[in-house]
Amino acid sequence: MPLPPIVSAKPQLGRRLVALVAVVALLALTLLASLAIGARAIDPAEVFSALTGGSASPEAVATVIGLRLPRTVAGALVGASLGLSGAIVQGLTRNPLADPGLLGVNAGAAFFVAIAVGVFQVTSPATYVWFAFAGALAATGGVFLIGSVGRLGGSPARLVLAGMAFGAVLAGITSIIRLSNRQAFNAMVAWEIGSLSNITWPAIAGTAPAALIGIGAAVAVARPLGALAFGDDLAQALGARLALTRVTGVLAVTLMAGAATALAGPIGFVGLMAPHVARWLVGPNQPWIMALTAALAPTVVLAADIIGRVAAPPGELPAATLTAFVGAPVLIGLARRRQARGL
Amino acid sequence: MNRLRRRRAALQLALGLAGLGLAVIALGLGDYPLTPAQVLAALTGQETGFAHTVVVDWRAPRVAVALVFGAALAVSGALFQSLTRNPLGSPDVIGLSTGSYTGALVAVAWLGSGRLATGGGALIGGLVTAGLVYALARRDGAQGFRLIVVGIGVTAMLHAFNLFLLMRLREEVAMTAAIWGAGSIGLIGWDQAGPAIVALALIAPLVVACAPGLRQLELGDDAAGGHGLKVEPTRLAILALGAGLTAIVTASAGPIAFISLAAPQIAQRLTRSAATPLLASALLGGLGLLAADLVAQFALPVAAPTGAVTVVLGGAYLVDLMIREARRLR
Repeated sequence: MPLPPIVSAKPQLGRRLVALVAVVALLALTLLASLAIGARAIDPAEVFSALTGGSASPEAVATVIGLRLPRTVAGALVGASLGLSGAIVQGLTRNPLADPGLLGVNAGAAFFVAIAVGVFQVTSPATYVWFAFAGALAATGGVFLIGSVGRLGGSPARLVLAGMAFGAVLAGITSIIRLSNRQAFNAMVAWEIGSLSNITWPAIAGTAPAALIGIGAAVAVARPLGALAFGDDLAQALGARLALTRVTGVLAVTLMAGAATALAGPIGFVGLMAPHVARWLVGPNQPWIMALTAALAPTVVLAADIIGRVAAPPGELPAATLTAFVGAPVLIGLARRRQARGL
Repeated sequence: MNRLRRRRAALQLALGLAGLGLAVIALGLGDYPLTPAQVLAALTGQETGFAHTVVVDWRAPRVAVALVFGAALAVSGALFQSLTRNPLGSPDVIGLSTGSYTGALVAVAWLGSGRLATGGGALIGGLVTAGLVYALARRDGAQGFRLIVVGIGVTAMLHAFNLFLLMRLREEVAMTAAIWGAGSIGLIGWDQAGPAIVALALIAPLVVACAPGLRQLELGDDAAGGHGLKVEPTRLAILALGAGLTAIVTASAGPIAFISLAAPQIAQRLTRSAATPLLASALLGGLGLLAADLVAQFALPVAAPTGAVTVVLGGAYLVDLMIREARRLR
């Protein structure tokens, strides 16, 4: 498929590569920190020997392999999924404020998971991940429908508002379902608040395939999405298949946001923040933005999780709390920008 | 004009009667059901036995609080919506309720749980949040959707901060604060309801005094200034009154969302007036919160916090509002 010409690509290539290398290095550091930092700090050398089966103490092995490794893998997976969903939604809607959390996609997935747990007594993440997909898809559809009717339709702020209203309704019903069946939700306290603290390998195994397929679809639509930025007519002239791109994009968002929410609960603002930081680093080029987002978003989620472990001892702050605290100012900053259409 | 005024008077009468009627029914509902006649007998003192205790001491605070707090939230919403000339500029959407809750939590965390401390904390938290949202949204005038998006962002930050505070509090304090944070009017007795109702009653005449200024501001700043109104002081006074109403309610019942958004809008549609009607909003707000509280208590499989019910009903109303607005503009 012919691709949109990238104007002045060459002078930027060096800069973009530097940014990519820096972001990947930051991710590697964060991964290591996520294995080392916690209620009991472990020396990086000991982390390494625990991972490679070296001479680490049994407690260190138990902590690193048993507790922090699944948590770190989950954080990376959730982060990449949410970040890429955000980048795709922003590209599809040409809406700088789009984020699966703000648009109510996470709330929809969480709502359906609550129904699965509260009404159908489902307790394994591998099973309720299907409910999460259905919820993510329904919420995406619902919000786009509400936000895009009429002449004002599709404006960035309007979609955010539709997402908020929709999300509020779903969250209210979710809390009522939760209250009506406390026992079923006892094991899910960490999930409800968007925390990585109780994630197990079976839960990761149950949700990872969908997330990985979604990430694959995201990679496939990166270039056509870039063409969409020029507007429908020009994109078509450039050879992008609009319908195919849109359908693949929505499916990728559904799979990734659904899997991430099924695994870690509703975590917001990651999909908003990461693509904007990426765009700021590499300029308006969808494939590059998505490449950087794939490394930046896991860094954000893992950093939030690490800070949450040590910020409020003896308890832990959920990752979702910290992503909201850091991400909300990004939303405010974007809303203040003059270019944000419809504001 | 005359017909509209008659329509409004009739509507206000109907809303008032509906509120009183629902209150009598609500006083009779519960594990110890009473007929409306028995309720009236208990209220007028003809019946002094157990029924009197149930109605006056147990159920009346909750019903009174629902009516008064609903009215206060609705008036607060009407004031904010008029000032921002935007149905979505109401205190719950722009983060004022969450800010009040933050202020009260901060007060509980560092000053102890005295009523004055929580009340003051809620008031300051609400005012600071309102000020912050306006300051951040101000760019070519604090208008429209930008205000709301900034409000959503600030609300999200405050939510996160509230959770952080809750985790830092001692467990028993945190439990109470968390229940209160869900927005519940069920735990309030006369000893708490009394001072809050008195405080709201003291604000009411000030709101009435500000109403003419509000009507002039609705015509636009220039027109209002031309009529000799001091625009900025009036605006500030109205803002402070609106924030105060929401803060007092939040300090005693926690954040109860969407009454301040929906009641003034519905009242305006029912009265078919161009301006946001204050009295009709208040009556509708009281009726609405009482109805939501009855749903929370009796219509669901479990007793839910009142705030959860208003969020669902109000959020659904907001969705409906957006669809209608879009259709009208098409």
